[in-house]
Amino acid sequence: MKAMIRGNESIAYAFKLARVQVVPAYPITPSTLVPEKISEFIAKGEMKAEFVPVESEHSAISAAIGASAKGVRVGTATASQGLALMHEVLFIASGMRLPIVMGIGNRALSAPINIWCDHQDMMSQRDAGWLQFYGENNQEGLDLGIMAFKIAEDNRVMLPAMVGLDAFVLTHTVEPVEMPEQSEVDEFLGEFKPNYVTLDTNKPATLGSFGFPEHYMEFKFGQWVAMERAKKVIDEVFEEFEKKFGRKYRKVNPEFVEDADIVIVTMGSMSGTAREFVKRMREKGKKVGLVKITTFRPFPKEELREVLKGAKVVAVMERNISFGFGGAVYAELGAAFANLSNRPKILDFIVGLGGRDITFKTFESVLELAEKAMNEDVDEVNWIDVNKEAVYRAEGLQ
Amino acid sequence: MSANYENEEFFAPGHGMCAGCAAPIIVKWVLKLAGPNTIVANATGCLEVATTAYPRTSWRVPWLHVAFENAAAAASGVEAALRAKGEKANVIVFGGDGGTVDIGFQALSGMVERGHNILYVLYDNEAYMNTGIQRSGATPWGAWTTTSKVGSANPIGKLRPKKPVAMIIAAHNAPYVATANPAIFQDFKKKVQKALSVEGPRFLHVLSSCTTGWRHDPSKTIEILRLAADTGLFPLYEIENGDIENMRITYKPKKFKPVEEYLKMQGRFRHLLKNPEYVKKLQEDVNAWWDKYGHHYIK
Repeated sequence: MKAMIRGNESIAYAFKLARVQVVPAYPITPSTLVPEKISEFIAKGEMKAEFVPVESEHSAISAAIGASAKGVRVGTATASQGLALMHEVLFIASGMRLPIVMGIGNRALSAPINIWCDHQDMMSQRDAGWLQFYGENNQEGLDLGIMAFKIAEDNRVMLPAMVGLDAFVLTHTVEPVEMPEQSEVDEFLGEFKPNYVTLDTNKPATLGSFGFPEHYMEFKFGQWVAMERAKKVIDEVFEEFEKKFGRKYRKVNPEFVEDADIVIVTMGSMSGTAREFVKRMREKGKKVGLVKITTFRPFPKEELREVLKGAKVVAVMERNISFGFGGAVYAELGAAFANLSNRPKILDFIVGLGGRDITFKTFESVLELAEKAMNEDVDEVNWIDVNKEAVYRAEGLQ
Repeated sequence: MSANYENEEFFAPGHGMCAGCAAPIIVKWVLKLAGPNTIVANATGCLEVATTAYPRTSWRVPWLHVAFENAAAAASGVEAALRAKGEKANVIVFGGDGGTVDIGFQALSGMVERGHNILYVLYDNEAYMNTGIQRSGATPWGAWTTTSKVGSANPIGKLRPKKPVAMIIAAHNAPYVATANPAIFQDFKKKVQKALSVEGPRFLHVLSSCTTGWRHDPSKTIEILRLAADTGLFPLYEIENGDIENMRITYKPKKFKPVEEYLKMQGRFRHLLKNPEYVKKLQEDVNAWWDKYGHHYIK
């Protein structure tokens, strides 16, 4: 059945179809519609869940941990400052190995305050031990939202998961989405039975205890092992999903890469524009390819090495910046190739921060520099579509 | 009448809390009165650190620690999950004064406002003891701490009064709020039992003590806590459904002892005794409280 829904609703429907039992959430632009929709589902009797209208995002994720530790399926949603406020507690959710799923409306961080799209919020949480998925459209938001539970709850993984959808471009945009039947999702996910130690009065356990140096590192290594094992589990779940629902997902999605000299790497909604741009370049005879990353944590370095091995120049386009080095995807992709003797030239392009539009002109600027890099050295980190002269003047550099 | 678990220990001996610390007395008795159908959420602090050194634990009931400022929020999640599963259990939070009246205050306020069926027990030793005796919003006027130090430019120590947290929580219209003191044991016990019998958010503000932070002889804990009640410095009362006008003072000494008796047993107040004006100020504060609220005493 086709439904016309906004990106936020795709997360809310994923929670409903997954029969999430507790949703603690706090409103924040642009993800507010998720708790609104959950509240509506519950009010109409369409969803049997406890909605906890907490007084902050910090409490939202804390309550999520409490509920998950009690042994129910838990979903929440936030964005930007809200995710940043959760920062401390995100590490505790993953350290306690609780399979919470969180929808993120990917939005810029202050200052200046800005409500529009970039990936800085989720990228700033990349070390928090959560699985990270980025959707290209609302269908992906719904599908990844459902699959996130199956991956997170797999006993080889037991890690929380984030599903990011670009602010406004997806969260507030109505798109046609293939809505699975409840019975199909029930079959796919199975009944939720916590396969971990819970707060059970018949079997008292101490959760969240104090770890001394002689134990702490083993807990962390356990998280590392789980993240590594998640790579295979994600593939299995994607495959099972495709068999059941007919929609194919991959951690890394290559298009036109076989003979490509230049490959553009993207995440999120800009991938749609990128695909159209690459097609047009192909029509002009330019050997350009595209790789969309869906799974950022665990970082799919094996797949990226494989699909990018033939490229001469890899142009990473990303909506985040780590000041003092470059974008996070560029940093990790570079590291993925660092020990290989045969490696492409990898360039970073910082684009679309704080909701700046990413248009064909953006891609043209990127391609121009990438083509130049085929024959000569260019800057490694390049800011595109930014008024550099104004900044230089303001910084007294003219 | 529910089963009696007073001869059982749900807070096992062998923990690492200091000799003379009042917190284990409070915790062990709350759990004895609550029984085994109980889930505990614990804020970061001495109690959490000294009772759960992995792989050992002192807790014979399910126990959860998430962080410092969010025990009330974590417990809210536990309670919501109980409702989602259609199960019933006591959900009890233990938090120190820092984790309750300062950094955890927002989460506590939210928990009470949302009406979660949770008993929040504040064990108040009047400073951040786990990090080394720093002043908190619950530290009383005139107390020395490592961040309200005493010297020639500040002979007093903490210059601000204690936050009236029980009154503030009562103002949320919580069904049951009480102050308690383990040295006034029957009153303490009655209040815990009453708190356990009420539905909704309940708050017990229990005075604790810290031998290192208060600078007192570990064998004098109960004696000192009793003096907190008998000087009138820490009044014991209860407030139901936010009805502060009808608060009930549940303990009144036959004859009030001078505050000096309480002060002189603790190193944290030693400097105050050098100046009779300071002792007089504290005595006047106590007198003023009892002048204002003393008629709420119910025999």
